[in-house]
Amino acid sequence: MPELVLQITRAGFLALLWLFVLAALRVVRSDLYAASGLRAAAPGGRRPSTRGGSSKPARGGGRSGPRALIVTAGALAGTRIALDGRPIMLGRADDSTLVLDDDYASTRHARISQSGDDWYVEDLGSTNGTYLDRNKVSGPTRVPVGTPIRIGKTVIELRS
Amino acid sequence: MTRPTAPGAQNGAPGVSGIDRPADRTALRPAVAAAVSTRRGVELALLGLAAVITTGALVLVEANQEQELTWALLYLGAAYMALLALAHLAVRKFAPYADPLVLPLAALLNGIGLVMIHRIDLARIARAVSLGNEEPAQEAVRQVGWTAIGLVFFVGVLWLVPDHRTLARYGYTAGFVGLILLALPAVLPASLSEVNGARIWIRLGPASIQPGEFAKILFVVFFASFLVVKRDLFTSAGKHFLGMTFPRPRDLGPLLVAWGVAMAVLVFESDLGTSLMFFGIVLVMLYVATERISWVLIGLTIFGAGAFAAWTFVSRVQVRVSVWLDPFADYNGRGFQVSQGLFGLATGGMGGTGLGAGRPELVPFSSTDFIFTSLGEEIGLVGIAALLLIYCLLATRAMRSALAVRDTFGKLLAAGLGFAIAWQVFVVVGGVINLIPNTGITAPFVSYGGSSLVANYALVALVLRVSNAARQPSQDKRPGTPVPGQQAPLAPLAEASTEMVSRDQVRTPPHGSVRHEAGAPAGHPDQAPRGRTRGE
Repeated sequence: MPELVLQITRAGFLALLWLFVLAALRVVRSDLYAASGLRAAAPGGRRPSTRGGSSKPARGGGRSGPRALIVTAGALAGTRIALDGRPIMLGRADDSTLVLDDDYASTRHARISQSGDDWYVEDLGSTNGTYLDRNKVSGPTRVPVGTPIRIGKTVIELRS
Repeated sequence: MTRPTAPGAQNGAPGVSGIDRPADRTALRPAVAAAVSTRRGVELALLGLAAVITTGALVLVEANQEQELTWALLYLGAAYMALLALAHLAVRKFAPYADPLVLPLAALLNGIGLVMIHRIDLARIARAVSLGNEEPAQEAVRQVGWTAIGLVFFVGVLWLVPDHRTLARYGYTAGFVGLILLALPAVLPASLSEVNGARIWIRLGPASIQPGEFAKILFVVFFASFLVVKRDLFTSAGKHFLGMTFPRPRDLGPLLVAWGVAMAVLVFESDLGTSLMFFGIVLVMLYVATERISWVLIGLTIFGAGAFAAWTFVSRVQVRVSVWLDPFADYNGRGFQVSQGLFGLATGGMGGTGLGAGRPELVPFSSTDFIFTSLGEEIGLVGIAALLLIYCLLATRAMRSALAVRDTFGKLLAAGLGFAIAWQVFVVVGGVINLIPNTGITAPFVSYGGSSLVANYALVALVLRVSNAARQPSQDKRPGTPVPGQQAPLAPLAEASTEMVSRDQVRTPPHGSVRHEAGAPAGHPDQAPRGRTRGE
């Protein structure tokens, strides 16, 4: 093979190899932006606009309520779940939003749901109870931002 | 505020909060499905690019080796593409939400490996002809066969494991089988198990299997299920010392057992690589499960002590270490392989000699353990860096799935598998560039070797299974059954967990309802009130 052709194909092959790497990195990047929440058009993000706007006109853009639920202690520590108005189920059941592999958690342990601008936690008849800060939750209880909710060894918080 | 009393009261009723209405979801679906897809198209496009690169590499090798350029080369590329297309279809069917990058990355590594093995075949044949010897068997042909078997395993794992959590039930079985596979070569007579001094093989007629490669995956499964159950044991209270919490001595048992197994492999099978792989995976999974650096420190300390003892008593380890310290001291003898590998890398330099234009066959085992020096000679630092980045991406995609999946077993499984790939690459590349003592294990997907290729395809299938669970929106909960026609809205990785199963939301009355105020009976374990039935 002539020397010139050899050199050109050699460089061309390396360029193609790096093209593949860059294409793969592009796919990774699109995932990164999705994960950081910069993409506003997440599927759940539209939900507030579809419900009746009579009681909460302020919820569209600059709402001040909690935006995420964060696990601060326990096996799932560091997990972040974006809040979109739908209730969050906690428990050992496979279809829970947060599946707790905790000896002290029940199958359907607790639910965190929204009413107006506030979020409420309620215990679903668990064996070992749900604690808001240090108080056992008996009925639906309002959850202030940053107050720990304890279920067994797992601690979760709402963050704005 | 008024609340609806029946699910039907949804036509514009104001102030309905917190409850999901099925009608809403259906209305939203088309718009959302268009915005977010399963990204299988991306996977197919990248697979196509991988096939183009592989075919291009093959053409370059043939041209540089003065072989006849025929259309058969294109057919080879097409056959490679067809094999991968089948794997892609299997992913579409069995794991539609799986990570789109994992399969193309593995496929490209495999393709480049095949081309390189073929290139070394050509060199060996040319040499045999010039010496007047019989032509050696073509390793590349066999490797293509292994690739097909590997893809069968890949599809088989995706098909037989519809949900990775079922594996957790077979944790101890997996650990036991893994231990047997690891120990078998040491027990078998040397005529059946020893190849080039290391007793890590099972030779069955023409084919020989390296059971340690499969044991690797089984151990990850075992440790993931073991640590999910016994995590408390490893995080229980201990002494604070130097800013770290050290475990109590009696909790060290499992780690000591793992250390014993690693040392036994080192002594009885004379295999540094398998031993290092096994112990590294155990340590990292312990660290991931407990988040305590003290486990890693203790593990490294006792492994260092064990390795020192092995260096003192096991001659094979002594040889490896002396070659590592000074490969050129015994250039014509024991240091020949490593020295030749280093010369090969130096010849390649930045841009390499060009595919097919170097002399990689001068290094012993240039198609298996030392395939990285062969590649480094022909595609240079620039090409090798791209390959290492591809490995890196493969490992990070596994870690990404581990972060996103919602169950602890899946997290540990994906993290362990991802680390296994990265660790194996570190051990093999570190060995050939003389950063650490050379250990003689295969580079995943690239090296010639059936067991390694098949096991790594199975490993990648498990990673895809976990990533499918991580990215799958929860309406479509039953694994492996995509709902045709109505594509469920797919959330991006991090938000995937915010979706809800609609049956709960429909059936459950809003919080604050009078029935709940009455208070659920306290001693009613594991059952939701209001007579809701599970498994519907």
